[in-house]
Amino acid sequence: MIEIRGLEKYFGALQVLKGIDLDVRKGEVLSVIGASGSGKSTLLYCINGLEPIQKGSVFVDGTDVHAKGTDINKLRQKLGMVFQQWNSFPHMTALENVALAPRIVRGKSSGEAREIAVRQLKHVGLEDKLNVYPSALSGGQQQRLAIARALAMEPAYMLFDEATSALDPELVGEVLDTMRLLADEGMTMICVTHEMGFARDVSDRVAYFHRGVMEEIGPPSQIFCDPQSEHTRKFLANVR
Amino acid sequence: MDQTISFFSGFTIKDVWFLGEAALRTLWTSVLSISIGTALGVIFGWLLHEGRILAALTLAPVLDIFRSVPLIIQLVLFYNFAPIVGLNLDPFWSGVVILTIYTAALVANVARGGIEAVGRPMRRAARSLGMSYWQDMRHVVLPIGGRAVFPAWVGVALGVMKDSALVSVLGYVELLKASQILITRTQEPFLILSLAGAFYFALSFPISRYAAKLEKRWAQ
Repeated sequence: MIEIRGLEKYFGALQVLKGIDLDVRKGEVLSVIGASGSGKSTLLYCINGLEPIQKGSVFVDGTDVHAKGTDINKLRQKLGMVFQQWNSFPHMTALENVALAPRIVRGKSSGEAREIAVRQLKHVGLEDKLNVYPSALSGGQQQRLAIARALAMEPAYMLFDEATSALDPELVGEVLDTMRLLADEGMTMICVTHEMGFARDVSDRVAYFHRGVMEEIGPPSQIFCDPQSEHTRKFLANVR
Repeated sequence: MDQTISFFSGFTIKDVWFLGEAALRTLWTSVLSISIGTALGVIFGWLLHEGRILAALTLAPVLDIFRSVPLIIQLVLFYNFAPIVGLNLDPFWSGVVILTIYTAALVANVARGGIEAVGRPMRRAARSLGMSYWQDMRHVVLPIGGRAVFPAWVGVALGVMKDSALVSVLGYVELLKASQILITRTQEPFLILSLAGAFYFALSFPISRYAAKLEKRWAQ
């Protein structure tokens, strides 16, 4: 379970998160929507400790992410993350991309790491690209590679930071399908997304962020059909 | 042998050997200064990157001095003034010390460029997988950044190898000094300088060829 309490985050003098309270249960799929600059991506970075926070706390399975004594590298193994820019390691084949972290972080042997990598690449439908370098993959394939790379750490949670925003429109579908597959398998996911269709169909809950505040959270039926906040209504009217 | 009573004598095959030995000294000077200088330069480059303001105020100006002052001046100053502080180094080691610092100053900026060539998103992706700072450095930044600045580093290395000729001003008989000696004796500057040039070429060419091969392999 991820528990966020009174989270405040500043970039210099600019406050980007203004006291967020949020629980994400095991097995839940939460979509986070909102305009650019509303703080939704920053929220993800605060959950896995890539950004320090100024106030409040984030607990992952009872461990305080931002406490001094926390072994953040160990904790991050629980939190797979997929970025807008897929960031495949260009000097490694798809297989090596996925096998690297299991080998050096989890201490698996090369053989075991390879097995994990093959399994996860099959999982995202890249079993025929094992020995291909990222430069020869499409954006959609690279993003699926990034998903496989994160899954290879066998995380309990997956954080998606606008995973499809940088993709050509015709490549969005294959990545969303992969995310859907993970949701069906029961993965706990927080998806920052601009894909309203995905948010409506796949999520258990949808949160709307507005200028650093979680304006509204609820099941997709509420957010998309009966939004309680004026801001939510305006935002949705504009994206449709 | 009547050579003892003649000031000038013709170029003989023994002189090629003399030049060859001098070329080895040039090679040795260069290999030492380039390898130690590169190791130091990578550390300096990392400090420049991580140390931000502090490094920009302390290390960067020092490196700038060594990069900007002509090598020949550095060599003469160091060779003549180091003994005052108790450093009695022979011409060879004086040359190596200065060439090493000079290489380090050049490589520092190359190395910093390499680290910066690996963008923040890439490094965050690595860290998000649970890699530690040093695992990220070793497995992501070094190979990606290293490849990005490798051509620049080869340029520095070849430059330093040629600049090592300046150690001759301290009286160290490396390739250039040896050619001067031979020219004085044989009065055949064209032949000997061509030969010396060929030796420099023979030292550089394999390096640049090998570098080109590596780059080609990485470019796939």
